[in-house]
Amino acid sequence: MWLFDKDLWIEIFHTLSKNMFRTFLTMLGVIFAMIILVLLLGSANGMSNGFNKLFAGTASNSLFVWGQSTSEPYKGFERGRRIQYKLEDADILKKQIPEIEVLAPRIELASHRGTVTVYRNGQTSGSAVYGDYPEIDDITKKKLVEGRFLNQTDIEHSKKVCVIGEETYKLLFEKGEKAIGEEIRINGVYFTVVGIYKPNNNINIDGENAVFIPFSTFQIAFNSGDRMGWMAIAVEDNTPVKFVESQIKSILKAKYDIHPDDERAIGSFDMSEIFNSITAFTTVLKGFSFFVGIFTLLAGVIAISNILLITVKERTQEIGVRRALGATPVIVKRQIVVEAIVLTAFAGLVGFSISVGILSLLDAMFGSGDDFPFVKPMISIPQFIISFVLMVGLSVLIGLLPANRAVKIKPIDALREE
Amino acid sequence: MIEIKDLHKSYKMGSNSLHVLKGINFKVEEGELVAIMGSSGSGKSTLLNILGMLDGADSGEYTLDGVPIKNLSETKAAQYRNKFLGFIFQSFNLINYKSAAENVALPLYYQKVPRKERQEKAMKYLERVGLKPWAGHLPSELSGGQKQRVAIARAMAAEPKVLLADEPTGALDSKTSYEVMDLIQKINDEGNTILVVTHEEDIAHMCKRIVHLKDGVIVEDKKVEQVRAEQYV
Repeated sequence: MWLFDKDLWIEIFHTLSKNMFRTFLTMLGVIFAMIILVLLLGSANGMSNGFNKLFAGTASNSLFVWGQSTSEPYKGFERGRRIQYKLEDADILKKQIPEIEVLAPRIELASHRGTVTVYRNGQTSGSAVYGDYPEIDDITKKKLVEGRFLNQTDIEHSKKVCVIGEETYKLLFEKGEKAIGEEIRINGVYFTVVGIYKPNNNINIDGENAVFIPFSTFQIAFNSGDRMGWMAIAVEDNTPVKFVESQIKSILKAKYDIHPDDERAIGSFDMSEIFNSITAFTTVLKGFSFFVGIFTLLAGVIAISNILLITVKERTQEIGVRRALGATPVIVKRQIVVEAIVLTAFAGLVGFSISVGILSLLDAMFGSGDDFPFVKPMISIPQFIISFVLMVGLSVLIGLLPANRAVKIKPIDALREE
Repeated sequence: MIEIKDLHKSYKMGSNSLHVLKGINFKVEEGELVAIMGSSGSGKSTLLNILGMLDGADSGEYTLDGVPIKNLSETKAAQYRNKFLGFIFQSFNLINYKSAAENVALPLYYQKVPRKERQEKAMKYLERVGLKPWAGHLPSELSGGQKQRVAIARAMAAEPKVLLADEPTGALDSKTSYEVMDLIQKINDEGNTILVVTHEEDIAHMCKRIVHLKDGVIVEDKKVEQVRAEQYV
């Protein structure tokens, strides 16, 4: 196999290294192209990673369902009837729709998104108060600053405990004051603080000024019976949220005598839509970067071909001598094509190393910041392999151009040229 | 060694055709040292190019060491050149970024001779032309005479049947010319067949036979008393 012929490589490295400056100039185009390609891809990956970090802790395949007022009269009911779910709906839905992974019922004090006055030592805050199940943490993860989140024992024993948001803490406590173990009062009922959470930097559904208490405690403390305000639902990974959403709606519509065409009676929010649009955005960004990068690379490889064409012209005499001394057309062609490959591959590696260095630097500068979606900007191994194979493949094709030019030179004409 | 029968060659120059060789008949035995003479335009370079398989003839026969040379592909021609012929050019045609030894070893590379053997042979032939101490020098560091001697070493390295020299002294002063001719004579003394194209009378008379070309035909073909170049060195 001629590729492993040591002499061929010695001959090529000899030719290239004896013409250092020319070799370097030839490589510049590909070096820059590779830098651009890797930087573009790396940045796109960095943004994608950044968004992923931003939304970490929120189950992407989830939806929220709450009750609103009907907009169509149906079965003798007038329009404008308020829909109030019952806790049993949670079990019914879970049983009838196996695609539901987690269903966390919730109930709010006061109206939806409304606030309640919370007292402590003469200080007050207008906070949202939620009765929740610990499962809610699987859908919208709370970043705890201190303490713990609600757990199953709290539910079973209807403990009078609560988890408060950082904003609520600031309103009710002095700066630096210990809150865990302290009591706060809501509607005349005292609750012990067991945890403080801080905003998640992502889609924040609950806000920072909120108090979470166990669902069962809520029922007893505020006498809410079996009412249920809304549901947070996580759907199995491979099931479209839309599919489960429509199933839930049709079950609930049947149960609460809602007109099948009534779009307003049941409120819902599909979390996956946001994720899908972000994923679509980063995918398009990545594709675009790849597209631009590959064409830049193509331009770089064409530059190599161009310069090789010029060098072939410059080396007419040398090629003529080689052919007079017995170099067959195949040998001449092979040498020029392999020169093109070696130049491209080496330039590609140089460009790759430089750009990886730049990306590491960018990562060190911006990567750890919470508010800028730019994390671990680096190209993946498959991306690297694809671009490299593509680049070398192109260089073979494009090396053939000057190679054929070299072979077209007749040895006699080449020798005559002075 | 070389046999040529009724060789014709013409070049197309636009709409005109230039008939350069008009029926050459010519025979060279092994061990001969032949000068091909003629003014410019007489066809002597064309003849040498055809003999060197750098160019093809239009018609006629050419046999080299019993092998008919006809309708060669580029690849075959390259292989034959490598095997049968050694070239010495007026402008030396050394590869300027290769050292003297690497230049000499180049034909052996195309013969697929192993690297070590190549280097040994290159040194051996450089020693023959008296340039062993310059083995590592680039052509730009050598004088004209030295360059031509490297070129001669390169032509001989592949141990060809015939050496073809195209105006080997054309770019050299007379003293250096005689040194080069002395070398060529000594190589011939060892039994090598050599063809020298020249337009210089004194160089021609240092060969053993002179073939005169004029307007594409051989007008004279005579054996001469060889003048040894040694005496002028």
